[in-house]
Amino acid sequence: MELLNALALLSNYVLVPALAYGSQLALGALGVTLVFGILRFSNFAHGDTMAFGTMVTILFTWWFQSMGIHLGPLPTALLAMPFGILFCAAYVLATDRLVYRFYRSKRSDPVIYLIASVGVMFVTNGIVRFIIGPDDQNFADGERFIIKAGEFKKLTGLSEGVSIKLSQGITVITMFIVVALLFWFLNKTRSGKSMRAYSDNEDLALLSGINPDRVVAITWILAAALATIAGTLYGLDKSFKPFTYFQLLLPIFAAAIVGGLGNPLGAIAGGFVIAFSEIMITYAYKRVIAYLVPGDWVPDGLIQLLSTDYKFAVSFVILLLVLLVRPNGIFKGTGV
Amino acid sequence: MRNLVYFLIISALIVLVGQFQSWNLALSILNLCIISAIMALGVNIQWGYAGLFNVGIMGFAALGGLAAMLISMPPVREAWSAGGLGIAGGIVALILTVLCAVFSYRKMRGTRFRTLIVVLVSVVGYFVLRSFFDPASDAIEKVNPASSGYLGGLGLPILLAWPVGGVLAGAAAWVVGKITLGLRADYLAIATLGISEIIVAMLKNEDWMTRGVKNVVGLPRPVPYEINLQQSDWFIQLAARLQTDPVTFSSIFVKICYAGLFGVVLLLVLYLSEKALRSPWGRMMRAIRDNEVSSEAMGKDVKARHLQVFVLGSMVVGIAGAMLTTLDGQLTPSSYQPLRFTFLIWVMVIVGGSGNNWGAILGGFVIWFFWIESEPMGIWLMNTLTSQMDSGSALRAHLIDSAQHMRLMTMGLILLLTLRFSPRGLIPEKNAHH
Repeated sequence: MELLNALALLSNYVLVPALAYGSQLALGALGVTLVFGILRFSNFAHGDTMAFGTMVTILFTWWFQSMGIHLGPLPTALLAMPFGILFCAAYVLATDRLVYRFYRSKRSDPVIYLIASVGVMFVTNGIVRFIIGPDDQNFADGERFIIKAGEFKKLTGLSEGVSIKLSQGITVITMFIVVALLFWFLNKTRSGKSMRAYSDNEDLALLSGINPDRVVAITWILAAALATIAGTLYGLDKSFKPFTYFQLLLPIFAAAIVGGLGNPLGAIAGGFVIAFSEIMITYAYKRVIAYLVPGDWVPDGLIQLLSTDYKFAVSFVILLLVLLVRPNGIFKGTGV
Repeated sequence: MRNLVYFLIISALIVLVGQFQSWNLALSILNLCIISAIMALGVNIQWGYAGLFNVGIMGFAALGGLAAMLISMPPVREAWSAGGLGIAGGIVALILTVLCAVFSYRKMRGTRFRTLIVVLVSVVGYFVLRSFFDPASDAIEKVNPASSGYLGGLGLPILLAWPVGGVLAGAAAWVVGKITLGLRADYLAIATLGISEIIVAMLKNEDWMTRGVKNVVGLPRPVPYEINLQQSDWFIQLAARLQTDPVTFSSIFVKICYAGLFGVVLLLVLYLSEKALRSPWGRMMRAIRDNEVSSEAMGKDVKARHLQVFVLGSMVVGIAGAMLTTLDGQLTPSSYQPLRFTFLIWVMVIVGGSGNNWGAILGGFVIWFFWIESEPMGIWLMNTLTSQMDSGSALRAHLIDSAQHMRLMTMGLILLLTLRFSPRGLIPEKNAHH
């Protein structure tokens, strides 16, 4: 019983949140890794692209809510998400047309793309703050929980409850659907195969008649879709604040690098590695230990390895460790 | 010639601000222009000389700020007796842990359990370290939490903090550079982004060291205080001779003193950078930047040179960070924003002209001037544009409120446009072979 209680406690505060957060990071890292695989640069604007897509989704959500359109128990944002993806894809394609295409035609150094993406980040950040403001926005509606802590307790008779928020459930399910669709696209369709070919060997792909503009455009659309989905899910789960999305850059990059830049499977694994480490290291284990050991053995402190203020340090340290030990990531980071 | 005109224009703009807004404002813009120019010089050493992309400028500047506080504030005796020993023990434990980890990493090369042992050493060390730190920092934070609650500093003259800030920033740069240089350029960028976030998180949360978000105010100054000036005879006589009000003149006088000190540092850094750029070392750096493979074939140790230049550039940024905190007279960890510190400096370097020290200085002046002046301009613009709208309109209120965010967009646009249409900046690098 005590063991089950400890497990319930861990599930509630570590397992469930980390699964949701990991899914969000995985989706974000997939976008970064795809752009890296095709365009060969780390897109610093990705966090703000997420914010942009989420912002459009939020605006549509508010519009739908004002017209009385609802999805019943599900959040209205899911209905608005396709529009967010549409606008975000249009925006990202516009930035490609106006900014990156020029450097592609000149075959510039990757570091030039990096700086250009910083410029795009600035502009996107400005647009987002200009339209929706720098403050927190809450746009979640519908049911709040799949299962509440109280119901769980009644159901199982344990003294610790596990609550699963609806947003967490939706996040994990959406992640599975999106990843399945993405891998189907990359492995089975002609466009996906041409993307992988382009990423493996650009010159050979060009020789065999693959249209680079098309590959690049598809990549950007996929990146925009992934960014919007990741951003909306994160916003539903926590809340939307433009600066938070900028700060997500670090864990997302860490996830992509840990998994091997350019490797989609690695990005997913990396997302979960980062999320689980971050939450496990910043969780205070005192109450878990209290269930597992006799009363007088319980320590005084919180048994928290690191305060939550340093959660970014976790992704950073993992990033450095991976760079030290396996610079190409856990999975080999070449090609899409 | 053209360069001189650029500098004349920006000086004239600052003078215009002095004439039409106030001299106080003009001088504070000038002071921050000089600090920005020094930071831009530091980044230019990294980017312009060696092509290294540092996205952690904020963190190195923050370390400089930390140094200013640690050197100048008087020590808090009660806090030292409450937890000084524990903190010292923690620091010793930290150093020992790092040494043990590095030692076992080196000595166990090739054996199977190397990673396991290193991780084990680090984890044990971490717990030992925490067992020293935690009680000590709790004890320190309990000492007069409203007014101190931290260890204080060394009580030395604050000017000493400028080089110390450089050393702190250089040490952090060495660690990051040691790990990420030699890998893809992206990795350095991401690692510097990470270290800067962590440094600022530390300043915000380690209350025993920096008081965290409670801020440390009233750092001692290297220049006289207004109130003392207003009471000294020679100053009142000087003000009378210049026919100004001693109160306004005292704050202008203080700013002029700062400008003099900062100007000396700027000239020194500029002189050294120019010397270095024209020396065999500078030619080697540019050769490495332009073609790493051939320089390596010529026997140059590319990674070591990159590490060297990365540390040097970060040191300059650290010095500028210490100067900034000296000017503010307080350490406010929440004021370190990546957009303001990291990306604005990048705009300065790119717009000014990467690889050219004069360009970096010009960029620092121009961009800081417009960064400050664009806020009133933006609000004025929005007011004019929306003047046709109903004065109670929500859209109008929203647009005027959002005018400040236009600055970000404008800076991004300036960066993108320069990169695209004038990638060599306002003052291009001399004899660049691109």
